[in-house]
Amino acid sequence: MRHRWMTRAGVGAALGLALAFGAAPARAAGKGPIKIGVIAEESAIVGQSISQGAQLAAADINAHGGVNGRKLQIIVYDDHSSAADAVRAFQRAAEQDHVKAVVTTFISEVALAIEPWAARLHMPTITPAAASDLISKQVHDNYARFKYMFEGWLAAPDLARAVCDSSHDLFVKELHMKSAVIMSEDADWTKPLDAGYKSCLPKAGLKVLDEIRFNPDTTDFTPIFNKIEALHPDVIETGIAHVGVQPTVQWHDQQVPIVLGGISAQATNPTFWKDTNGAANGVVTQTGTVAGLAITPRTLPVAAEFVKKYGRFPAFTGFTAYDAVQALAGAMRRAHSTKPDAIVAQMEKTNMVGTLGRYGFYGRKSPYTHALRYGTDWVPSVFMQWQNGKQVCIWPAKLCPNKMEFPAFVKSVHMAAK
Amino acid sequence: MLALQILIDGFAISALYGLAAVGFTLMFGVCGVLNLAHGGIMVIAGLVGWWAAADYGAGAYGGAAIGVLAGLVAAYVTYFAVVRPIQRSRVIPRAEEEIFLLTGTLLWGIMIQVGSDYVFSNNPVTMRAMIPGVMSIAGVRTPRNEVLIGVVCWAAIGLLTLLVNRTRLGKQLLAASINPRGLTLLGFELSRIYLVVWTIYGLLAGLAGVLLASFIGVSSANAGALTASAFTIVILGGLGSVPGSLIAAYVVGYAETITAYLLAPTLRPIPALLILVVVIYVRPQGLLGRR
Repeated sequence: MRHRWMTRAGVGAALGLALAFGAAPARAAGKGPIKIGVIAEESAIVGQSISQGAQLAAADINAHGGVNGRKLQIIVYDDHSSAADAVRAFQRAAEQDHVKAVVTTFISEVALAIEPWAARLHMPTITPAAASDLISKQVHDNYARFKYMFEGWLAAPDLARAVCDSSHDLFVKELHMKSAVIMSEDADWTKPLDAGYKSCLPKAGLKVLDEIRFNPDTTDFTPIFNKIEALHPDVIETGIAHVGVQPTVQWHDQQVPIVLGGISAQATNPTFWKDTNGAANGVVTQTGTVAGLAITPRTLPVAAEFVKKYGRFPAFTGFTAYDAVQALAGAMRRAHSTKPDAIVAQMEKTNMVGTLGRYGFYGRKSPYTHALRYGTDWVPSVFMQWQNGKQVCIWPAKLCPNKMEFPAFVKSVHMAAK
Repeated sequence: MLALQILIDGFAISALYGLAAVGFTLMFGVCGVLNLAHGGIMVIAGLVGWWAAADYGAGAYGGAAIGVLAGLVAAYVTYFAVVRPIQRSRVIPRAEEEIFLLTGTLLWGIMIQVGSDYVFSNNPVTMRAMIPGVMSIAGVRTPRNEVLIGVVCWAAIGLLTLLVNRTRLGKQLLAASINPRGLTLLGFELSRIYLVVWTIYGLLAGLAGVLLASFIGVSSANAGALTASAFTIVILGGLGSVPGSLIAAYVVGYAETITAYLLAPTLRPIPALLILVVVIYVRPQGLLGRR
């Protein structure tokens, strides 16, 4: 008994010593690297691009002298796209690894689970892809509490605006189309997206014939496509990210004669052509950028670095995560500090040339406080089409002079023209 | 028109569900193993088939053949590395063997999933259709590949039925499912019969995985859902009953398709679960179950 007690006391003493020694370097950490946590799903291409983009940005920043004389260090945590894993990783990043900011996730549900923790732990946090407007709405409605959260990609209402703006030019003006059906997966980010579609598509010249929402676990899309076809729309405006390969392949295999447009996040992956065995041919989607397109002077150099380091062109999150880390570093530099409130205050003032456009956030007056600014002067949002194995940029016309091409079975193109 | 559409669409997906569940139920019926790595084995077949076809130019048929082979190899590995050591262990009490097999195959299934996450990423992929193009069945535009899938599934199920009912080997399988001890007393080597079942199982699961990849696509993330779907169908049909599983596959397939067409695509998975609850409540042994 006594022996066991002594062991316990020994362990306690050892722990105490460890804590004492552990605390010493932590206090002296002012001269160590500034740590930034990256929490995303490493086995998904979109998630992998997040950690790779962040690491690339850190390497660039460190090559140019770091931040206030200190190096940046990226610590990567895999959340398997699970909210519980992400929150645990977030707590660990904040409490054990002492990161000064976090870049996390492409899934709105996960970002929404992290947001209250960013508020509780006062951790500047930015999501490079999650698009739910709830994330920024919470910042707007309860600023003092939630101000630590930023959306480093367009919020869903802006994504809907981008789809409507491009649809007006591409489908209405160029192809004389008149009607659309909305087809979205049932997820947090598509609720505001669908609401946006329904309000702005008619203004853009496309009558909305129906809105079809489906379970993100859906694998057989035949009933959905048959239902849509019976309505004879000219275009299907999608809102899909959890699914992508399956509906595209089935659209192609069943020869659904309607243009597939809108937002198909998986179709922005450079591997999408191979994943679908070329069924992607003709698919139109919103994206960040495509290979070879210089939205800003930074787009091509960063893309080239990415290809050199990782062997392939990134998903759009590679660019948004790169920009997110650059924005965080810029804020820390301007604030001469890594204190959360100082970082947030400077993040709000961000106005930098990003890889996908001019990078800055909406202010407190906007209903989408801290979401990325959309517009021709800011992030313009690009539309691309898969054409014979290549992602071809087709909108906005100022950046992309290319014409749309559709496979022969997409008859709605010719029907509308008549 | 709508009824015909439902009939045709439901047929292919149900046939695929049936094929995927038949091996699973046979395995339980004869060997007493509920293989929870089932979805993982199907996923391996689909992913390897896709990889062989897309990266190594094996073509649609070559890719499919390599995929089925990969399914078979995965089944053998499951048997030799996971199931047999548990069955032969002297440390594990007989009464607890089933629990160990469940846990063992479950963990193995997770390992397969995480492993293929690492090798292939969890991006869903689809195999090229073996016969591209569409045809019109009484005015319903149907992909030729969907017809092929229905035919191949039923051919495989038909062959299995012939094997079980008309051959000596099949009679041994049946006997093993009814009374394994009796069979050993008659001088049959039980381990040889188990190996035959794992071979049949591997081929069926591999074929189902490859067809699934060419119809709706596979991703490592599907492994759990595929096991769950086979499990639901088999419980519904009655554990160990091959005809029961086929009927259940059609009940589930059509319930899903009808819901997607007539109610809402969001509600697709719900009716199958409701039917399952009702069946377990009124007929716990399943539609055609023996115990």
